[in-house]
Amino acid sequence: MAEQIQNIPIFIMGKRYDVPPSLTIMKAMEWAGYALIRGVGCRGGFCGACGTVYRIKDDPKLYFGLACQTVVKPEMYLAQIPFFPAKRASYDITKIKAEPVTLFKLYPETLRCLGCGTCTKACPQELDVKGYMAAAMRGDITAVATMSFDCIMCGLCSARCPAEEPQYNIAILSRRLYGRYLAARSEHLEKRVTAIQAGKYDSEINKLKAMSLDELKQSYKARDIEPQ
Amino acid sequence: MTYTPEMMELIKVVEATRPQRVGQRFPSMTMEEREQVLDSFHPDYIKANMREIRVGVNKGNRMPLELADVLEGRPRISPDFDLSQPEFSTDVLVIGGGGAGSSAAILSSESGAQVTLVTKLRLGDANTMMAQGGIQAADRPEDSPSIHYLDVLGGGHFTNYPDLVEALVKDAPGVIQWLENLGAMFDKLPDGSMYEEHGGGTSRKRMHCARDYTGAEIMRTLRDEVRNRSNIDVIEFCAAVELVLDDNGKACGAVLYNMETEHYFYAQARAVILATGGSGRLHYQSFPTTNHFGATGDGLVLAYRAGAKLVFLDTMQYHPTGAAYPEQILGQLVTEKVRSLGAQPVNIKGEQFVYPLEPRDVEAAAFIRECSARKLGITTLSGQPTVWLDTPMIDLIHGPGTVAKALPAMARQYKRFYIDMAKEPILVYPTLHYQNGGARINVDCSTEVPGLFIAGEVSGGVHGRNRLMGNSLLDVCVFGRRAGVAAGAYIPGVTVGLPNLSHVAAWNMELDQAGMNGAIHSPILLPNYTRTV
Repeated sequence: MAEQIQNIPIFIMGKRYDVPPSLTIMKAMEWAGYALIRGVGCRGGFCGACGTVYRIKDDPKLYFGLACQTVVKPEMYLAQIPFFPAKRASYDITKIKAEPVTLFKLYPETLRCLGCGTCTKACPQELDVKGYMAAAMRGDITAVATMSFDCIMCGLCSARCPAEEPQYNIAILSRRLYGRYLAARSEHLEKRVTAIQAGKYDSEINKLKAMSLDELKQSYKARDIEPQ
Repeated sequence: MTYTPEMMELIKVVEATRPQRVGQRFPSMTMEEREQVLDSFHPDYIKANMREIRVGVNKGNRMPLELADVLEGRPRISPDFDLSQPEFSTDVLVIGGGGAGSSAAILSSESGAQVTLVTKLRLGDANTMMAQGGIQAADRPEDSPSIHYLDVLGGGHFTNYPDLVEALVKDAPGVIQWLENLGAMFDKLPDGSMYEEHGGGTSRKRMHCARDYTGAEIMRTLRDEVRNRSNIDVIEFCAAVELVLDDNGKACGAVLYNMETEHYFYAQARAVILATGGSGRLHYQSFPTTNHFGATGDGLVLAYRAGAKLVFLDTMQYHPTGAAYPEQILGQLVTEKVRSLGAQPVNIKGEQFVYPLEPRDVEAAAFIRECSARKLGITTLSGQPTVWLDTPMIDLIHGPGTVAKALPAMARQYKRFYIDMAKEPILVYPTLHYQNGGARINVDCSTEVPGLFIAGEVSGGVHGRNRLMGNSLLDVCVFGRRAGVAAGAYIPGVTVGLPNLSHVAAWNMELDQAGMNGAIHSPILLPNYTRTV
């Protein structure tokens, strides 16, 4: 038999399991017998369901990662934070304005940020959370929106924040304000929507719908392809 | 860094041919060549991996073995389940918390209806969240909904339902506008016009994107909006296990299941919107999948037992570029946008072998052919066949920093495994991605069952036998919205009769008569990945 790769010990919520060293934390938990319901979502690094805190034996530092994207390490002590009860403000996007005061009214705690950077250390996306919170305190909605864009809303920033900030919720409010009110409007889009509503393309599409299969195939073959 | 020394040697071959390949366009296939490669190499065409379903409306239709097994499953509850005391009553019950369910909830709430959205995992745990590359809409002056229509039909081998395609392409620009008004941030040029690229099978650039977080951006915006609406209740970790019909055959709610307390209960509604998504986690033909954890085809099971007709379920989409190395990310999505931006698929000799943007089924079949019949793939240590996707071409074509700016999610995924995709090519192979077919719907998402509306990946017909990139995010928004509007218009005046599960009793009887003992209880709700010792 070929040389066997040694399993390594990991500690899931304090309990030891010996698992193959090539597995992600998520697959290692399943290998150990956990049928996951919480703490698992897209399994591809996009949904933020599997935020995980871990520590390595004899190292006091806490590390953060997504269970679906992080490979196990020997003597890893881990726990998942699949849900964090951070505050979320409700609002009517059509009735608020893209002004600093909107952020401060909906999230007055924004101004309580200590600038300690613990959030940045906790971010599995390696975003500059502290930086966008500083922008939020300045009321710079555009900066918050662009700096936070890759946020997957896992909540690890909030979980670690000594000032109890819901950073990721402040971030999505800013992105929505930016997207609706601050981004330059797309003229060609508005024109097209109006033209469709006026029925401008109905006859063309009806013509296509009335075609025989052969005619359709011919039209398809005859399409001119816009160059790359 | 995680590439083996042998792979590093092979990368040199790719690097050697790269300069001459930049700007060199591999010819696209003729219709006949497309059919040939599909017939010989696409997984849908392997007859041994399909069988006829033995019970229900689609009896005799072929579909993947794994799906037929689940559809023929035994119900999780008895037909005698007590429906006399609903745990709650609502106007519109939305089942599913992805892009379609959320769009439906928002639009039906706008009609004034009281909406309850139930979802098996968290709100937003859905394939929508994971769609990276883009969303199609013909809104540039060079483009038109009719050109989009023709692209969709050709991509679907002219099998698509024309009315549904018409709805898709005509609603598309309005959907982009709606999303933008909700605050979704699309990539734009400085003057505000949309930045748009090609996708496989498009004849115009109409792929709108939000970096490579397009689906995530749409999903988190919709999720935030759902939570802002006071007349939408959301219940997470709550699956639907059976539809409930009244004595007139109208849908009037569902039996739900609390995933955590394992409690079953009846929720009554005047209309039901089914938006449960796809079924990649059934791992057809043992393929890995890009799909989220809950994609187990539950909605197909529920709709089928209630009498809805299923269409095009003998065709699944295998995304050409699933990550094939390192093994930890096997099967995860490498967005088509990587090819839209110029990365070419190349074989072990560093040669192009297929036009990079064929429709997905054709592209995937060509990858499989390169590895199997032509033996020009690259095999990893675990025996996985792969081809190169030459990602360093992107920065060569568009300038340094393009990968980092346009593909941050992809770059991040590879960086976690010490691969710099801006400098090193990556290894890919087709992965199970999408359920092309589903429950047959009308343009307003209504079905054979009165009061039951169906939208999104669980529905079928709009994509025919093959969906193009960027038409799924579009589909969930277009038909999610339509379902919401239709349900809102349907409920006034609807009175719920006597709720019952007689269709479940009839189903059991049909299974018994066919002599099927049904080892599987379905819907299965979640895949089981725990180790069996």
